[in-house]
Amino acid sequence: MPTNTKWWNGGRSPFNISYGKVMMWYFLMSDAFTFGAFLISYGTIRFSVNHWADPNHVFNAFPFAGHANLPLVFVSLMTFILIFSSVTMVLAVHEGHKMNRKGVEKYMILTILGGLAFLGCQAWEWTHMITGDHAVLVNGQIEHWGTTVTRNPWGVEVMHNGAMVATPGPIAFGGYFFGITGFHGFHVFSGVIINVTMLIKTRLGHFDQRGHYEMIEKAGLYWHFVDLVWVFVFLCFYLV
Amino acid sequence: MSSQVSSPEITHAQEHASGTSRIWKTFWVLSFLTVIELSLGYFLYFYHGDLTYGFILGTKLLIAALTIAKAYYIVSIFMHLGDEIRNMIMTIIVPLMLFIWFITAFLWDGNSWKTLRNTDAGSRPAQTEQSHTPVIDKDVKK
Repeated sequence: MPTNTKWWNGGRSPFNISYGKVMMWYFLMSDAFTFGAFLISYGTIRFSVNHWADPNHVFNAFPFAGHANLPLVFVSLMTFILIFSSVTMVLAVHEGHKMNRKGVEKYMILTILGGLAFLGCQAWEWTHMITGDHAVLVNGQIEHWGTTVTRNPWGVEVMHNGAMVATPGPIAFGGYFFGITGFHGFHVFSGVIINVTMLIKTRLGHFDQRGHYEMIEKAGLYWHFVDLVWVFVFLCFYLV
Repeated sequence: MSSQVSSPEITHAQEHASGTSRIWKTFWVLSFLTVIELSLGYFLYFYHGDLTYGFILGTKLLIAALTIAKAYYIVSIFMHLGDEIRNMIMTIIVPLMLFIWFITAFLWDGNSWKTLRNTDAGSRPAQTEQSHTPVIDKDVKK
């Protein structure tokens, strides 16, 4: 397009983008602030206490691996699942530009499968944490706790009867972990619902009748945003 | 190309006709950055006992910088924001600049609370080794 285009003289979109896509971008921006507020609040509390749970000890399990110590492995798998489903989503958008219905269908199915795989991983991880069985010294007695929004068995370790045992940690840990990963997981879930809706509409030929696949682009923006948020959740909860 | 949304208000740029090589290249970049992040994470896991506080903090900041790089690739390539016109890019990026202040101020505040608590609001020096060993009086009576 010419470089001296007068974007604000009327008669055209000053952002050269359709109304629906602009509004999706603004929604995602507000959603970014919501997630940002959650993550920064978590960071504030974490900075304000002397001891915080070490993610390498909390998140070290893998399905069917028993009690093997595998820090970061399972969450890396979840990260790669989400990156890959982002790739299949952008490929679906690409096929949409080419008006290739079969291609859009194929990549939307792969994207939905990726989303479901991620949700399955998260369900396993939550179950593993909630039903965990960690020795904690509470009022001089050893109790066995899982990690919930009211119980944090990952506090400071103290000497008790000649062995090191953890004490209860700040309950904010479980609240932030389940709150933020849950809010993200809910976004993944709604993203899967949106993608299934788009797949059905593609199969019914709605976008061919309309003459463009812009709805796939909007669903794609949402789905990539979910991946984007996970990148930061991965950083804040698992890596640092 | 038939990809045009039928509206005279929008001019579609040419990049939509390009192939998928850019998408796959981005995929490999994202995977590579993630592997580097994980390597640094494992480095901290295996060696954190031997490292100074400043070095650990620096490594964590490096991991955060790599995360920002990943975010750039996702937003610019996958979400095609890099292909939009400058007006559109700025209307998204400029408001997000608030995060710079937001993160700095709140983490500073969190650290300040810790200092106030550890020094009883400045009335005593902070202990170098934080003592958080709870008093376990029920142990004594055994």
